[in-house]
Amino acid sequence: MKLFSVRGGVHPEYRKERTAESAIVALPLPDALYLPLQQHIGAPAEPVVEPGDLVKKGQLLARASGPVSAPVHAPTSGRVAAISDMTAPHPSGLPQPTIILEPDGKDEWAELPAGIPDPLTAPADVIRQRVAEAGIVGMGGATFPSAVKLNLGTERKLEILLLNGAECEPYLTCDDRVMREYADEMIDGARIMAHALGAPRTVIAIEENKPQALAIVTKAAAGLLDVEVVSVPAQYPMGSERHLVQAITGEETPARKLTADLGIVVHNVATARAVHHAVRFGRPLVARVVTVSGGAVGKPQNVEAPLGALVSDLIEFCGGLSVPPKRVVNGGPMMGQPLPSLAVPVVKGTSGILALTAEEANEQPAQPCIRCGTCVTICPCGLVPVEMAAFIRKENLDAAARLGVRDCVSCGSCSYICPAHIPLVHFFNYAKGRLNAQDREVRKTDHIRQLVEGHNERLEKAAAAKAAAAAAAAAAAAQSASTTENRGEA
Amino acid sequence: MIMITAVGSLAVMGATLGTLLGVASRYLHVEDDPLEQELLSLLPGANCAQCGFVGCGQAAAALAKGEAGVTLCPPGGKAVAEKLAKKLGVSADLSEHEDKGPEYAVVEEDLCIGCTRCIRECTADAIFGAPKQMHTILRDNCHGCAKCFKVCPTEAIKMCKVPVTLGEWHWAKPEDAAASHAH
Amino acid sequence: MTAYNDKSGPFTHAPTSVSLTMATVLAALVPATLFDAWLFGWPAIFMFLITVGSCVLMEAGCLILSNKPLKPSLTDGSVVLTGWLLAMSLPPWSPWWIGLLGSVFAVVLAKHLFGGLGQNVFNPAMVGRVALLVSFPLQMTSWVKSAPLGSDGAPGFVEALGITFGHASGFDHVSAASALGYVKTELSRGVPVDASTQHLPGLSDMLLGMHPGSFGETSAVLILAGGLLLLARRIISWHIPVSLMGTLFVLGTLFHAVDPARYTDGLFHLVSGATFLGAFFIATDYVTSPVSKRGQLVYGFGVGLLTWIIRTFAGYPEGMAFAVLLMNALTPIIDHHIRPRVFGRTYKGEPLPLKGEK
Repeated sequence: MKLFSVRGGVHPEYRKERTAESAIVALPLPDALYLPLQQHIGAPAEPVVEPGDLVKKGQLLARASGPVSAPVHAPTSGRVAAISDMTAPHPSGLPQPTIILEPDGKDEWAELPAGIPDPLTAPADVIRQRVAEAGIVGMGGATFPSAVKLNLGTERKLEILLLNGAECEPYLTCDDRVMREYADEMIDGARIMAHALGAPRTVIAIEENKPQALAIVTKAAAGLLDVEVVSVPAQYPMGSERHLVQAITGEETPARKLTADLGIVVHNVATARAVHHAVRFGRPLVARVVTVSGGAVGKPQNVEAPLGALVSDLIEFCGGLSVPPKRVVNGGPMMGQPLPSLAVPVVKGTSGILALTAEEANEQPAQPCIRCGTCVTICPCGLVPVEMAAFIRKENLDAAARLGVRDCVSCGSCSYICPAHIPLVHFFNYAKGRLNAQDREVRKTDHIRQLVEGHNERLEKAAAAKAAAAAAAAAAAAQSASTTENRGEA
Repeated sequence: MIMITAVGSLAVMGATLGTLLGVASRYLHVEDDPLEQELLSLLPGANCAQCGFVGCGQAAAALAKGEAGVTLCPPGGKAVAEKLAKKLGVSADLSEHEDKGPEYAVVEEDLCIGCTRCIRECTADAIFGAPKQMHTILRDNCHGCAKCFKVCPTEAIKMCKVPVTLGEWHWAKPEDAAASHAH
Repeated sequence: MTAYNDKSGPFTHAPTSVSLTMATVLAALVPATLFDAWLFGWPAIFMFLITVGSCVLMEAGCLILSNKPLKPSLTDGSVVLTGWLLAMSLPPWSPWWIGLLGSVFAVVLAKHLFGGLGQNVFNPAMVGRVALLVSFPLQMTSWVKSAPLGSDGAPGFVEALGITFGHASGFDHVSAASALGYVKTELSRGVPVDASTQHLPGLSDMLLGMHPGSFGETSAVLILAGGLLLLARRIISWHIPVSLMGTLFVLGTLFHAVDPARYTDGLFHLVSGATFLGAFFIATDYVTSPVSKRGQLVYGFGVGLLTWIIRTFAGYPEGMAFAVLLMNALTPIIDHHIRPRVFGRTYKGEPLPLKGEK
């Protein structure tokens, strides 16, 4: 298949050797599982259980609320200990409502819905319904509810389901291992999704630094005419959805539009595997593969962990911390989010837990910008990081917005390559956050103004009605007074 | 002879250009911007009177005349102050500006006696209730003007800081060594 | 427990740093510098050391005066590079005060008064050179014939001290004209170009450097080697050198074909004067050149064009320094108007149209 070049990007060291060859190992059930009600983009799920309830594995704990949401299921059988606030696995350290589940050790499945017979000919909305009920969200880290994404085929004619097996972040090998060990499940799930989307072709894109995965998946897809396996260059950020689409088709997704508008929908390989489980066996999403790696981890591995296991549980299972880490990161080192502590749970979007040493993180104090222009050369989005950062430093966010800071995908290539170690992406994250906050304030102010105007109108109308009623009453009183007079005189 | 030509031509040019400028200043005169209207549109419009003026209209008039500072509107916060500063063309040193932070009002149900005074005060119709019935404030419609807070006879209303949610949180500005030197 | 979440990612970094970049550039200059030090002997070595040393001193002074920390500005090699390039553009046997004054112009005036590292509009080394050239035209155009270390006519250590620090009485140094200067002077005397170039060193000598010129312009081939090292290590990209030299070469060839008596040819322009030094080391200065690749092409073209114009028509024989400074002034405008195209948008900034839309 002909490939197209993608602008810019960087080539960080893979650092995948530590875990690439270790097969997926299941984490032994911890003492408690902590399930946040919001592990996805969209409205938090609403609990349907109460503290004290006994639940079985796969049982619904919280249902989706609203059109963009996802339910939460019990990763194992046990007792709901509490529903309370707990620190979220998020850099803010803010709390979020979390269901705390105490496993009973029996790991018994609840009664699951039957597998959909012959899913490749089943109606698309049946499949979408099943995917929604299973709580499947984008497992590459974006956590967008997959059922909503599968809806894209209803409004547009789709050509390709693109399976994202790029895994361009250093250290992470969870997708690599899933592709090597569960290629058949992944391909089956992909074909089911393609059918639900109405896309005639499925393309599985794998970075060339994963030759074993390429070989295994190619072999597994050998007989299938609708599935193609493609090797893409190992260039960060090849896993970015828009850039992967450009590599495969040469087309740039227009700003503010979806890749679906080009006829392509992108899903992660682990998501495809989860769809296979949900559609064929009725199993909801209750576990995921997490790469635990980094120089500070004793024995880096790929762990299949039940959702809600604490990060500390995973690290302990992987030999504990050999040295105090400089950073503990959720995801890869480039776009991953730092965690507030180890006492936070693994959620649906946790693709990796990295305990990085100071040497690996290579953090240096920022120096003055020497305008070398390397950030401009490698920005995959065609932006000018040097100028945007200069404006943001001076709090001129409007100028930064005009230069396109909202188009920044925060891939981190510019910060990675800057010889002066300027925290460019941090500036852009700050600017994007402030600009979004300003937009929210404007919307709120407009909303309030409408309410106040409505309030004032209501008062005016009431006052006018009162005046009219008073005038009418006065007129009626004058009328009856004159009649009485007339009668009196007569 | 040459001198006369020089003086004469310069005089003629000066007179012509001067006349042109005079004509332009009369016929191409630009009306003053309706500054007050524009300033009013930037303010929240709730007439909450926290700024000390009776309504946003008066506040806008004072701003236009330069009698009020751009940080006069607490519910508007830093965003409104910045916009006012930009419109007025003044530079406002907002680094010291302590954003009290957006607040919202909450009714403490134990103390509410159902007198409906707050309902009548609320400029955004955010309070629901009826005489002798429990009053509730719709959080999304409350913008923190605190008029209800001031009028409640049993002090059943308290002003709470709007918490930062996970969805609204964002990174703070990086402390960057280069910036701290470049003064 | 230390906070893991006090800053946003990324939490890995390429093995790049400012000092590594500067060190590579300096390394690329070393071969040519050593050759020229040998070629011109002790006085040149002193001139070089004084120029670089006083640049470092001026930098330290400015940093102390403005309460900025001495590290990393002093130690990352950026000011050493400025001094080195300034020294490369000075006549080899310049007296000590030329280097000192040059460093004042370069470091204090052109760099720190504009805000320090990364904030200067004009190339500091070139500002230093041009200020000296305009103020002291005699000293700045006294080229000498090469006097290699240890050869018969070369000054010894003590005599060199006299040349650099005092009046060189009793020492016969043979002054000579640089190639460009010679051609221009002859032209003004009515000797056509194709006649005067016969008297110049041949191409190979020009390339190798056995001819008079400023400290750094002599060995073109070693400078070229340094430039290729920079390209290989991705310190610079090909855009500025190629557009600069291409423009010079094309203009030279074109006009020489039209009137060989008046205009020197393209190859002559390439190997004489500071062309290679300018193309690879001076015009490619990060701070004063555009950040986008297309902008760099425009910039290189402009420097080449202006250099050719100044060399051909203006009063000075060598135009590289002026051309660079003039284009430095245009760099902000180039950067403002020439930006890369944002992914998913047109050059104007609108989202790309979908197929089927207009």
